[in-house]
Amino acid sequence: MNEIKQLSWQGLWKNNPALVQLLGLCPLLAVTATITNGLGLGLATTLVLIGSNATVSIIRNVVPNEIRIPIFVMIIAAFVTVVQLLMNAYTFELYQALGIFIPLIVTNCAIIGRAEAYASKNPVGYAAFDGLMMGLGFTAVLVLLGAMRELLGYGTLFAGANLLLGDWASSLKITVFTTDSPFLLAILPPGAFLGMGLLIAVKNVLDKRFANMFAAKQEAKVVQRARVTAET
Amino acid sequence: MNYKLASSPHQHVKRNTGQVMRMVIYALIPGILLQTWFFGFGVLVQIVLAVITALITEASILELRKRDFERAIKDYSAILTAILLAISIPPFAPWWVVVIGTFFAIAMVKQLYGGLGFNVFNPAMAAYVMLLVSFPVQMTQWLPVQSLTMHQSSIVDAIYAVMTGFTADGFSLAQLQNTVDGHTMATPLDAIKTGLAQGLTYEEGLQSSIFDGSLGIGWSWVSMGYLAGGLYLIRARIINWHIPGGMLGAMVICAGVMFLVDGDRYASPLFHLFNGSLILGAFFIATDPVSASTTNRGRIIFGAAIGFWIYVIRTWGGYPDAIAFSVLIMNMAVPLIDYYTRPRTYGHQKDAKGERR
Repeated sequence: MNEIKQLSWQGLWKNNPALVQLLGLCPLLAVTATITNGLGLGLATTLVLIGSNATVSIIRNVVPNEIRIPIFVMIIAAFVTVVQLLMNAYTFELYQALGIFIPLIVTNCAIIGRAEAYASKNPVGYAAFDGLMMGLGFTAVLVLLGAMRELLGYGTLFAGANLLLGDWASSLKITVFTTDSPFLLAILPPGAFLGMGLLIAVKNVLDKRFANMFAAKQEAKVVQRARVTAET
Repeated sequence: MNYKLASSPHQHVKRNTGQVMRMVIYALIPGILLQTWFFGFGVLVQIVLAVITALITEASILELRKRDFERAIKDYSAILTAILLAISIPPFAPWWVVVIGTFFAIAMVKQLYGGLGFNVFNPAMAAYVMLLVSFPVQMTQWLPVQSLTMHQSSIVDAIYAVMTGFTADGFSLAQLQNTVDGHTMATPLDAIKTGLAQGLTYEEGLQSSIFDGSLGIGWSWVSMGYLAGGLYLIRARIINWHIPGGMLGAMVICAGVMFLVDGDRYASPLFHLFNGSLILGAFFIATDPVSASTTNRGRIIFGAAIGFWIYVIRTWGGYPDAIAFSVLIMNMAVPLIDYYTRPRTYGHQKDAKGERR
């Protein structure tokens, strides 16, 4: 149980693949112009992570150490192909919108990193759960960044959610404001870099706040000594 | 006796940052007045908007950073940034353009890097590039010179136009852009660039009604205004001659060589000097003490490289003018330039390999 809690904490916050490990930045920065794109790529990455982590964990005692990396890559590539074909079949428009970035999930360092660092050393259940949590952490950042950029750039939220979730989702679209001249910077790559930097900064500030809060609690128990020397 | 201890350099005129920035602002006044005369009161409206935004942004961010915002505002650097940005954008651009730009300049480019003295990039120019990339339509709506327009605009019209997009009489920006003879006019640099692309020669391009000789009507006067202010700054020793000298020199050399090679397809040095915002850029923008090079030799290289880039982008690039892009490119190179142009320390000599000890 403790391991599960630890894995969730690591994947979602403390060791978040996007905000802390800074892995998989290429798709992260490239496709997050809208929430839908971010969510789609995030879910695809999560599926691949769970699958590859579980498989790597199953075969971890059979694979010779010297050739483990090529084997991991082949496993990941297989799962990416599966996800790619699934998306091609069921969410065709999103598949077209994400384009090259679906096959490029293979090169996402977060996936091979988890396979190497965790899945190849731990039992199947934990490895799959680690994949799930890392994937969710990655997806959360993608969605957040997508929301920021979509809001600033187009003035909408959840535009085109029906591409991913089916026709009922077209009612999810929220138009915050309409403009004739979209804020192109937010939609273009510089906006992704600025937004990502802000997210990392916010996370660091929150971490510091929490650390200070805990530190303050502990300090309160320490008995203060009276200061006898003159203050200078 | 009251002995004053001071380290070198022993400058006798004691100026603090606020005084220096104020003098730069005063030096901008002739250019701003001429720009207002030729391009309408929109210029002043933009300046007011930008300064207000800059002050609010600077104060609130310094408050967030728990710094003394009163002192930082009294150094006038935010106001100078705001004015430089405001005079760079089209006078009748919508109000939110200058507000977003100034906020970006102060909050992102200056304060996120650590405030005055720590910004790697020139705030006004980084914001200008951001605006140009984000809002290409609004950022290129330059009006023709007032004497050529069909509708004269008063200060009330300017305020209405900036705030709502229409003047008090209901003319839209597109109508304001019309000249007396019913054409929509571009800026001098744009006109020549388009003309050359259409197969006209340089001389034929100059026949357009916005030119008087090779100088754009109005534009050259504005440049003269900034030139006067810039020369005053050099005289008052606020800036050194190295950066503007390097910039204008490189521009004259590049333009001169190409003009001599083929005078039909390349504009003359005079055209390049006084049209567009080269003079403003050379004396007021590239000389930003924080983001420019700090050694004398480095300053010449820095300025000359900016002049070179401006010529290259103006002539072969996609944009008609390129002060902002060139300054930003060379801002990135400043650490390298400074590293290789460190002056010899007094009493030390270069060794055989030319490396400094």
